[in-house]
Amino acid sequence: MKFTEEHEWLRDEDGLIVVGITEHATTQLGDIVFVELPDVGTTVVKDEEIVVIESVKAASDIMAPIDGEIVEVNDALTDNPGLANDDAIGDGWFFKIKPSDPSQMDNMMDEAAYNKLIA
Amino acid sequence: MRGVTLSDLLYTPLQDLHVELGAKMVPFAGYAMPVQYPMGVMGEHIHCRTKAGLFDVSHMGQVIVRGADYSAAALALETLIPVDILGLAEDRQRYGYFTAKDGGLLDDLMLANRGDHVFMVVNAARKAHDIAHMKAHLDVEVIEITDRALLALQGPSAETVLASLDSSAAKMRFMDVATLSIAGAEAWVSRSGYTGEDGYEISVPADQATDVARALLDHEDVAPIGLGARDSLRLEAGLCLYGHDMDAVHTPADAALGWAIQKVRRTGGARAGGFLGADVILPELETGVARKRCGLRPEGRAPMREGVVLFENETTTHPIGIITSGGFGPTVGGPIAMGYLPSGYNRTVYGELRGKRLPLTVTPLPFISANFKR
Repeated sequence: MKFTEEHEWLRDEDGLIVVGITEHATTQLGDIVFVELPDVGTTVVKDEEIVVIESVKAASDIMAPIDGEIVEVNDALTDNPGLANDDAIGDGWFFKIKPSDPSQMDNMMDEAAYNKLIA
Repeated sequence: MRGVTLSDLLYTPLQDLHVELGAKMVPFAGYAMPVQYPMGVMGEHIHCRTKAGLFDVSHMGQVIVRGADYSAAALALETLIPVDILGLAEDRQRYGYFTAKDGGLLDDLMLANRGDHVFMVVNAARKAHDIAHMKAHLDVEVIEITDRALLALQGPSAETVLASLDSSAAKMRFMDVATLSIAGAEAWVSRSGYTGEDGYEISVPADQATDVARALLDHEDVAPIGLGARDSLRLEAGLCLYGHDMDAVHTPADAALGWAIQKVRRTGGARAGGFLGADVILPELETGVARKRCGLRPEGRAPMREGVVLFENETTTHPIGIITSGGFGPTVGGPIAMGYLPSGYNRTVYGELRGKRLPLTVTPLPFISANFKR
């Protein structure tokens, strides 16, 4: 699993990259009450804001961690935004992206480096 | 904590207890205040609506106004506050607000007849203003109480909890005030609050505040509640937050707060007018106003917060209103908001959120039915 400084995690599933936000991020945000996901088929560019999250406290944006095409989104999260709090790195995933340049992930943090960042 | 310096802030007498309870502290109105505890905003909100919540509201201003007798203090205050203060019975409390010459609202407050004086609770961010305002206009003693903390115990279990420490708490009706003895402290208690639930507001000496808070928290039904849930609770209850839903550019009629002005202070009443802005405020109660505060429910799931601009349809460029408070209502189970719209407007309205126009329904306030002990 790879991590970004924006507190996203990325997991490679047979060439498709599953993306969510970390437990650290969901703890900071508080109870999540609304998630707006991109449309399937959208082509996204790294650092483009593609997800809106609203917690009881505030709205935040999630950016595309890499270039690619959105191939699947987690509709369960739209119906039950609290999934992101309950299971941040499992059922609380946001979207799957087909990377156009997988090497963009090469320099991302591993779990040890990420844990150091949030320590 | 993300660059916020808490060192310049004032602390309430419960600061150490908040830290011990695991609170996340944030700056608010010049004070370090708990925004949430480990339970989280949503959990705290639901806990308060189903059991009881304890709030530290010591940042609010506690003020005694004293004249030759209660009537003298009441009549003096009636020149700045358009409610019936003289006619308020002993040991009773009433909602009110300070008004300006142009009819705008300067702050809202609770005031109580405590026999020989008026006891007031005003907003933290406005207390310096309010005290200076009274001192400038009134020839009575205005004393800020700085050696007492203020706690709020709110929720359906509040009566059981407080009565377990002083049984006379159970005899109080909504808006009664009384002096109780809570965990050895002389407590000035009112049966009121800011959540839409039954409950009490409890003023105790600062040096006994932690003991009182611990005695209340010892009850299994009581959990500490932070400012985050305080805001969602009051929003569901349709209650105004000064500086947001009511302010100096809105009059009592605009803010849908005309109900607080009793007949005796209105046109034709025995003590009609005689307060700042009466020439603007009283006619508006008869004739109505162009814009009014109302309740709003976003039809989708996205919360719409303060500052979202409202339009009549999806294309017009001319805004007709604005949201002044908004967020997620945990008990309602969806987004809720309050804002200003043309009076009587009852069609679908569109809020502009992230470049999209999303529909809202105009709804009566409050969003939840109040649970007061009348």
